[in-house]
Amino acid sequence: MEEGVKVVGFWPSPYSQKVIWALKQKGVAYDYIEEDLSNKSQLLMKSNPVYKKIPVLLHGGKPIAESSVILEYIEETWPQNPLLPKEAYERASARFWIQFGAEKGPTFGSLFTSTAGEEQDKAAKDALEVLKILEEQGLGNNKFFGGDSINLVDLALGWLAHWFQCIEELVEIKLIEPTTLPRLHAWVENFNQVPVIHENLPDKKRLLAHMKSIREMSISAK
Amino acid sequence: MSKGEIVILDCWVSPFCLRVKIALKEKGLEYEEREEKELLGKKSDLLLKSNPIHQKVPVLLHNGKPICESTVIVNYINDNWPSPPFLPSSPYEIAQARFWADYIDKKVHDAGGNIWKSKGEAQERAIKDFIEIVKQLEEGLGERDFFGGDTFGLNDISLISLTSWFHAYEKFGNFKVEDHCPKFSAWIKRCSERPSVSQVIPDPEKVYEFVLMLKKMFGLE
Repeated sequence: MEEGVKVVGFWPSPYSQKVIWALKQKGVAYDYIEEDLSNKSQLLMKSNPVYKKIPVLLHGGKPIAESSVILEYIEETWPQNPLLPKEAYERASARFWIQFGAEKGPTFGSLFTSTAGEEQDKAAKDALEVLKILEEQGLGNNKFFGGDSINLVDLALGWLAHWFQCIEELVEIKLIEPTTLPRLHAWVENFNQVPVIHENLPDKKRLLAHMKSIREMSISAK
Repeated sequence: MSKGEIVILDCWVSPFCLRVKIALKEKGLEYEEREEKELLGKKSDLLLKSNPIHQKVPVLLHNGKPICESTVIVNYINDNWPSPPFLPSSPYEIAQARFWADYIDKKVHDAGGNIWKSKGEAQERAIKDFIEIVKQLEEGLGERDFFGGDTFGLNDISLISLTSWFHAYEKFGNFKVEDHCPKFSAWIKRCSERPSVSQVIPDPEKVYEFVLMLKKMFGLE
């Protein structure tokens, strides 16, 4: 009998969604606790005192914070349907791409909060460069970053397959297109068709409305 | 294992390169160092070929295959040569170690950078933020000898390397980490006594002079 697994998350967060995808992919049962970020719970404050952020995984009451750390924990604790290569060099390569994706967050953040003009042109150019690197050097000719099936790299970059489309719609710039990034575009389609992913995505309309209001708040705060 | 099989593309002053050298020494591995004079000259063809995305040191070449990013490299070294282990045995304790590894990577070097890059009030704020981070780490250490518990582990390696720049921050900011975080300072001393650290850690005065040169280069005097 599995010791209780709980996920403290926030429905629009791709960080929280990654954790859910990993647990579902492994067939691990969990209870989900939706956090109100405007009024953070005692549970969250106690479980993640350093950052006070979601997601947090609780396993038998013991908390683990930071989505990349949680994903590695899930992989180590439940080895079925492996999400990281066994071989050390390939594992290092996967971790390199996970780190690359994390480091480039601010590049996409800049695009998200940019307004039309020079600032946005530069942000789009920078984002496109990152996407090109992901396509050419990360994905290569593979269907997924994990090869024939998804792995932690696909999960870590999974926000590009759903959340990024909302960014593209809000800034009115399409970057991942079959003409400019054919392989990455195909990856988006393939990733979204993986059953665990397909069945565990926030509603697009609701997400778009949420991201629109975040964007408006960020712009007015500038 | 022969020297020729492990090569590090290195820079003497880089705390990130230091992590890799300490990790290799802890595992008792022999390696060849190839110094890159990144800031002072052209990047070597080998570096550009081995790390085309970031074009930065450290790069570990193992039997010619490149591994980039210091934390990825140290994890690779641990995966490939399991003894002595850099991580605890239980998945939960490993997760705690990875959490702190991530915190260290996110916070320490940038906070230190803010000290030597600023002056006056901005510098005072930078010093305050830096001390807060070190205090957080001191709390994470608790009563243990090392971040790895009884044994010198991943986070000890990652963090002791970054402390090679602390003397420079202290000199520029006119403060001492020891005054605010005595337990942390005791941990620094404990780690520095290990041959794997003392054999490779750069002279703190030379690091200070290097950072002084950086300040001049960036017009930050």
